[in-house]
Amino acid sequence: MRLQYPGGIRIVSVPCTGKVDLIHIMRAFEKGADGVYVLGCMEGECRYESGNLRARKRVDKAKDLLERIGIGGDRVSMYNLSSSEAPRFVEYAREMTERIRSLGPNPIKIASKRHEAA
Amino acid sequence: MIVAKPKPVEEIIESVNGFDRILLVGCNECVTVCEAGGRKEVGVLASALRMHFLNQGKNVRIDEETLERQCDREYLEEVRNRIDQYDAVLSLACGVGVQFMAETYFQTPVVPGVDTCFMGVTEERGVWSERCQGCGQCVLARTGGICPVSRCAKRLFNGPCGGSTQGKCELSKDVECAWQLIIDRLTELGRLDDYEELAPVKDWSTERAGGPRRVEREDVRQ
Repeated sequence: MRLQYPGGIRIVSVPCTGKVDLIHIMRAFEKGADGVYVLGCMEGECRYESGNLRARKRVDKAKDLLERIGIGGDRVSMYNLSSSEAPRFVEYAREMTERIRSLGPNPIKIASKRHEAA
Repeated sequence: MIVAKPKPVEEIIESVNGFDRILLVGCNECVTVCEAGGRKEVGVLASALRMHFLNQGKNVRIDEETLERQCDREYLEEVRNRIDQYDAVLSLACGVGVQFMAETYFQTPVVPGVDTCFMGVTEERGVWSERCQGCGQCVLARTGGICPVSRCAKRLFNGPCGGSTQGKCELSKDVECAWQLIIDRLTELGRLDDYEELAPVKDWSTERAGGPRRVEREDVRQ
């Protein structure tokens, strides 16, 4: 299909979204990511039964924690799609990119630069 | 195990506010199992605190460490050579560990990162419930292995109160009546006669009512 999706996205492959833990999401923000989204298989179709359901809970937890510490919970999302749905992959990538763009850069990145300059 | 739950991050931030160098210390035992204060939780909380303070324009150093236990001196000694580098310790151990850390490092403020709840079991992942209150005089031999001290709201010793309805406690329909459980188990074991025996008056001096407790055993003491 050769579909185009926004270039600012770095893909981190995992064997199953059940592998994604809260610390991975937190570290991504600590290292300066403006947003993180987890793309899992359709709910009910996890090869390991509950990997994507666990990932969703962890994403919800990350949202809550990031909101409480002032980074913003809207910077994290979870989407579900099947592996053959390339157009949907692109749709989610664009949706997330637009949302992050409207939220602006990760405040940690700005604070780090300010801190280094001081 | 001792069951604890994480404190809200806002409360933790408030309690460590003003310290510039913080050692965040987890515990590898009970609080790891109940997912409140193990290495994983230390990593997540440290990351959250670092981001929070950086975002506030504060330069706060937060280092991570997870000890095998915080209720034994030998493991607490592992941080002695660097404790002076920190303004405070944020401990994710249970209340026991927090206190022993504070006793061991008298000059360093120690603040808790979890709320210690009870001695209990993992019913399923994410669900823990109380089983023992450490009353100091175990009665489980007479009660079918079900504790009326920790599981009966009134701590009754000779059968249920009038609030027991269809096996549930009057506190809530989600709380089992301990005496219903005891009678069911004694019936299953064919030992319902045990129920007919009146329990002697319990000596509560071995419980918390007798003040802080201590166990001394000469056979193992060095």
